[in-house]
Amino acid sequence: MNPGSVLEVRDVTVRFGGLTALDAVSLAVPPRHVKGVIGPNGAGKTTLLNVLCGFIRPDEGEVLLRGRRHDIRPHRLAGLGVARTLQGVGLYQGLSALENVMMGATSRASAGFWSALLALPRSGRDERRLREAAVAALDRVGAADAAGAMPGALPYGMRKRIALARALVAKPALLLLDEPASGLDEAELAELSALIRDLAAEESLVVVEHHMDLMMSVCDSITVLDFGKVIASGTPREVQGDPAVTAAYLGADPGGSGAC
Amino acid sequence: MRSLPRSAPVLSGPLRLLIAAVLAGIVVLLSVKLNAFRDYQIAEIAIDVTAVAGLTMLTGLSGQISLGQGAFMAIGAYTTALLLLHLNWPFITALAVSAVATAAAGGIVGVAAARLRGPYLAGATLMLGVALPALAYVYPGVFGGDQGLNVVFTTPAFLGPSFPLTRWQAWVSSAVALVTLVLLANLHRSRIGRNWRAVRDNDVAAALDGINVAAARVLAFVVSAVCAGMAGSLLAIVTGLVAPGAYTITLSITLLTAAVIGGLGTLPGALWGSLVIVLVPTYVTDAATSHGLSSSVGSNIPIAVYGAVLILVMLAFPQGIQGGLRRLLAAFTGPDRKSRTWRAGPAPLTAQRDEAPADQHEKEGTT
Repeated sequence: MNPGSVLEVRDVTVRFGGLTALDAVSLAVPPRHVKGVIGPNGAGKTTLLNVLCGFIRPDEGEVLLRGRRHDIRPHRLAGLGVARTLQGVGLYQGLSALENVMMGATSRASAGFWSALLALPRSGRDERRLREAAVAALDRVGAADAAGAMPGALPYGMRKRIALARALVAKPALLLLDEPASGLDEAELAELSALIRDLAAEESLVVVEHHMDLMMSVCDSITVLDFGKVIASGTPREVQGDPAVTAAYLGADPGGSGAC
Repeated sequence: MRSLPRSAPVLSGPLRLLIAAVLAGIVVLLSVKLNAFRDYQIAEIAIDVTAVAGLTMLTGLSGQISLGQGAFMAIGAYTTALLLLHLNWPFITALAVSAVATAAAGGIVGVAAARLRGPYLAGATLMLGVALPALAYVYPGVFGGDQGLNVVFTTPAFLGPSFPLTRWQAWVSSAVALVTLVLLANLHRSRIGRNWRAVRDNDVAAALDGINVAAARVLAFVVSAVCAGMAGSLLAIVTGLVAPGAYTITLSITLLTAAVIGGLGTLPGALWGSLVIVLVPTYVTDAATSHGLSSSVGSNIPIAVYGAVLILVMLAFPQGIQGGLRRLLAAFTGPDRKSRTWRAGPAPLTAQRDEAPADQHEKEGTT
């Protein structure tokens, strides 16, 4: 399709036993594009993200990053320029906020075991570089003040920011956000939406989210999943007006004759 | 809200070396002042510190339990004994080869362990701890069977003929223990230590951050095995005998006890724990015999008191002795010390929290 796509999903099918979680799903994300993925519970949104991260291998179809196939494994994803936030928060409880964000920059670290063991200057320089990147990422999401705190001592909204900073710190070409808005208040939602638009100036994003107002305002295009199938795809306005989407969410059949 | 959980403060590089130098000075001073038996105890404590420090990194940082450290000690001890006995190698070379041998063994066990969790890992390492030392009975021709192997270790010529052997043994053991502590502190503070803690806390997130989770777990096993192997190597030259009876499962469990009592994941805790497991049984035995109790009572009281001490310590300090000391220190130095724990930033946490709406905490449950 589009050779310039940062991410291209081609006819991906995932089956769990008798259940088809994803059924020939295709989508493409051009550079600096915000792709929304919506759908009712159980539509396959998180399964799709898990395929993109290599946690699940598709039974059929393929995933291309910048036009190339990769043997995607979760721990190689960061090296391929892809970062993901987890549903909920997924922070390391035993690490400070700053250390959590530094973990996200792991793919940019160069010092190995021996320089760490012997505390060589190389290891110290590496740590300083990671720390500076982490401080900058925390600053970007408005969480610089929380750097020294442990996640358990922070309010939920602040923890979500730190999780976001951890995904941002490696400066990924593609950022996958799994329910970034859940649990945020109105003011935080507005900040999140501004931040997503800001990020889209440099990188591509895939956002999985239930919050419709947010999705309509930040996404360049939206793909709607229902029972593992793509039932609609287009600009937010097109998707909003699509009777199949209304039907999937409200349980009515496409004709609108009111099965509920 | 008041008791903020904080990441453990880790000492900076020069401070670590200074503390190691001070500890070395204390060892030299004590070993000169005290008698031969106390010198032997210093060596024993140093040996336990070496093994427990590795174990506390494995279990406290990478989150993997091992009931098989005694087996790694046995590998180190037999390697050293065989090299000294048959090839007459200098101890330092035998120590290095023992470390390499246990690194290989730790790698093999670690690959199996990386797939196991919690009780399954405990069971697998328990099996290692029970089965491996028993190989000495199976191949008596090589390992000397029940009688074990005798190890000859002498003081070097430059110290003169009158220098006590036990003092030299205490020095060598303490030197190895201190170098091990400094190197482990380097790891603890580095990216490697942070990766271990990350893998322990959330392996899915760690993988997404680019950590090869299995490789990180295996590395932790190799590091702890090398520490145990060097401890075994030291035990060989300090006791002068390597026999299977010294490397039973009791040893493995005692090492884990020391790590927990001292404070899992903390290197000073390895020292506190080793002091407890070496000194408490000796003092209690001394006290029991000096009160002239009948042998049936006198020989059982030390075990009972030792157990009681362990229980009391854990009741008083659930985070181990080091955790307890840290809390005491925090209580005395007041809240402003907390903001200094992290070198990176001033972190005015209270201001941040007060800005946030009070109901934020409830929302966590909804996701």
